Amino acid sequence: MVTCCAIGPALDAGSVFAGDMMPWVTQRPDGSFELEMMIPGMTSPQTISTVEEALEGLPGVQFARVNFTGKRLVAGWQDAAFNPNIIAEKLNELGFISRPFDPRDSGLKADDEQSRTLLRAVAVSGFAAANIMLLSVSVWSGAEGSTRDLFHWISAGIALPTIAYAGRPFFRSAVRALSSGQFNMDVPISLAVCLAALMSLYETFNHGEVAYFDASVTLLFFLLTGRYLDHLMRARARSAVSQLLSLSASSAMVVDDGGSTRIIAATALKPEMKMLVAAGERFAADGIVLSGMSEVDRSLISGESNPEPARVGTAVHAGMVNLTGPLTVRLTAAGQDTFLAEVIRLMVSAEQSQSRFVRIADRLARVYSPAVHILAGTTLAGWLLWTGGNWHVSLMTAIAVLIITCPCALGLAVPAVQTVASGLLFRKGVMIKDGAVFEKLSGVDTVVFDKTGTLTKGSLQLANLPGLSLRDLALAAGLAATSRHPLSRAICEAAKSLGVRPVTIDNVEELPGRGLRGMLGRKTVKLGSRLWCEVPESTDRGLPEFILIRGQAKPVFFTFEDELRDDAAAVIATLKAQGLKVEILSGDRDVAVRRTALRLGIEHWQAGVTPQQKLAYIQSLRDAGRKVLVVGDGLNDAPALAAGFTSMAPSSASDIGRTVADTIFMGESLEPVLVARDVARVTQRISIENFVLAVGYNALAVPLAMMGFVTPLIAAIAMSTSSIIVIANSLRLTISIPRHKLTAHMASEKSLPAIPHFVRRAA
Amino acid sequence: MTILLILIPAALVLGALGLAAFMWSLRNGQFDDLDGAANRILVDEDRPKIVKPRE
Repeated sequence: MVTCCAIGPALDAGSVFAGDMMPWVTQRPDGSFELEMMIPGMTSPQTISTVEEALEGLPGVQFARVNFTGKRLVAGWQDAAFNPNIIAEKLNELGFISRPFDPRDSGLKADDEQSRTLLRAVAVSGFAAANIMLLSVSVWSGAEGSTRDLFHWISAGIALPTIAYAGRPFFRSAVRALSSGQFNMDVPISLAVCLAALMSLYETFNHGEVAYFDASVTLLFFLLTGRYLDHLMRARARSAVSQLLSLSASSAMVVDDGGSTRIIAATALKPEMKMLVAAGERFAADGIVLSGMSEVDRSLISGESNPEPARVGTAVHAGMVNLTGPLTVRLTAAGQDTFLAEVIRLMVSAEQSQSRFVRIADRLARVYSPAVHILAGTTLAGWLLWTGGNWHVSLMTAIAVLIITCPCALGLAVPAVQTVASGLLFRKGVMIKDGAVFEKLSGVDTVVFDKTGTLTKGSLQLANLPGLSLRDLALAAGLAATSRHPLSRAICEAAKSLGVRPVTIDNVEELPGRGLRGMLGRKTVKLGSRLWCEVPESTDRGLPEFILIRGQAKPVFFTFEDELRDDAAAVIATLKAQGLKVEILSGDRDVAVRRTALRLGIEHWQAGVTPQQKLAYIQSLRDAGRKVLVVGDGLNDAPALAAGFTSMAPSSASDIGRTVADTIFMGESLEPVLVARDVARVTQRISIENFVLAVGYNALAVPLAMMGFVTPLIAAIAMSTSSIIVIANSLRLTISIPRHKLTAHMASEKSLPAIPHFVRRAA
Repeated sequence: MTILLILIPAALVLGALGLAAFMWSLRNGQFDDLDGAANRILVDEDRPKIVKPRE
């Protein structure tokens, strides 16, 4: 007997990559070949040796090396005749979905390269800081005369190349800001570092007592650390997102003029090609049905949860799923008139109209950096007056002010805490693409949800189970066993969950767009649409349905519904309890949306909304001064996602949705929306604490500096302590949100609505 | 104070050695897969690094 569970999930994007690996193979200078693959399913550490051993056991493969952090694999071989497709087949055999991966286009290599550059700069400045500090301590301990000069010269010898090498990121950014007429934090940083180094060099020439080489290099070291953390966070999220995208990079079967078929990568598809799409497959490109009859699931495109019929002449779009019968599709040009082109056009305009979000650090910098320059300038002028024109003393004091006010702790204040927070969320399957998202999420006052695939699971479930007899269910399940239609699968799942054994039915045939037919003994049984089963139309309840006809017996109705995510109600209730306005904006029909809204207790909802209307609505909310979090998954949500103050998408979202959303969450639960917001609020609070600590520290030290009491020793102590305090305060986040608690909390979806207790504890 | 002539170069050279070692390990890819490295020490059997002879 055919069991239902053997049917592959039709909606699963991650089918086996069937294309040829050859285009992704790179030849190394020594003549050997390499192939890089992404294996997102490699989550358990044991898989490292499983994969490596299996691949190295293949004849011809010279080495296979797994990168567990990046979930990537590099395999190499010598022989040009080796067929790289064997590698993918072997991985498939082991149960891993793999994709070839070209590091040159994905931007990941660029990220890796940048992170290495930053790390190198951190290492160089760290080395320099340690050595100069060693010499400076000797000077402060009382080295005099030629010994002191020697130490200063050596310090200069280390510091100047270091500043030239490790200071470049700051100098570049400062020049960019100044040339566009703006101030950022990097302007006072660059100024302080350069002036301090030049002044110290002048002092060294003239056998002076005081040099600030240690201060300028230590400053660079701390700031680079902050910058590296920031980069690390973004690179990690980007790499995870590209993993997700790679999963849906699909292949397609095309029919040549001669009638032969071949499989090519979706990117190689061209207009006018004929594409063959089997039942259960996703369309890889837009087109028009040439032959065949089927039903298509367009939930990712329009939010419509019911399957729609597709026959000759129906337009289909990339992202839809073909459900029941094979279709031959003539591909249309990806011109201006396609649905995708329209969505992209809207998205671009939404992004352009989005006022640029100014991060808290930049807002502070706008006030802080002019203030620093004014303070230093005033100090210089004041001392010139006081000493009657002694440039030397006045300049030294002004530089001391610049060094003391240098936002070293400020540079760490935000990246440190955001790195900790994003690491925490990352382990929970929430990927934050940029640190600014924390700041945006914590300020949100309205949440707009899409329905299909966001509030709901995006798959249909049998809704009228209590009204059905088990005998009918067993019969229907027997008919539906081999079908990939979502309604058939829902029946099978319901039967399986009740432990009902499907009845064996002979000669089952599936008629695309109509239903299933088979023989039970000598009687014909049918399961399918109302029209086909010749049941008169009644009042439309708006739910998809199947009708079971057994001989002359009374027809049995099976109705289906797109089930809500298990914790949707609890999450919505908690969001409302937190004082947020919650709304639904869906492309699905009125009836379906109303039912969802009622069940979740959401008063504001709109149904049948086009992407344009979604975008316009979000923009109207924004113009009314609301800060909207848009949560959606479909292609039709993409413009709204781009227009929202910030946005989230489930990992099951359309490619474009995942690309445009600020945050992506994994799994069946909707709770990540809450968790992300709660963590963002704690993060934001700790960031502000950090700012207060850092600025407060400066406020204490500045008067001393202006009075000329700050020696290099005091500068060094002040700088290091404030940085350490800020980092220690950031690490408090992990203590505030205990890891085991978060895990237990996320794992048990049923334990809702006790959601924000860990945050309350933290507060 | 002539001892300084030995001590300072010694300190600098040792520091530079550390820096060079770090740079080398960075270039050598030892920081590319931190999670993997942490897990690999738990892999039981020693697998000889397979370098198949050129054919």
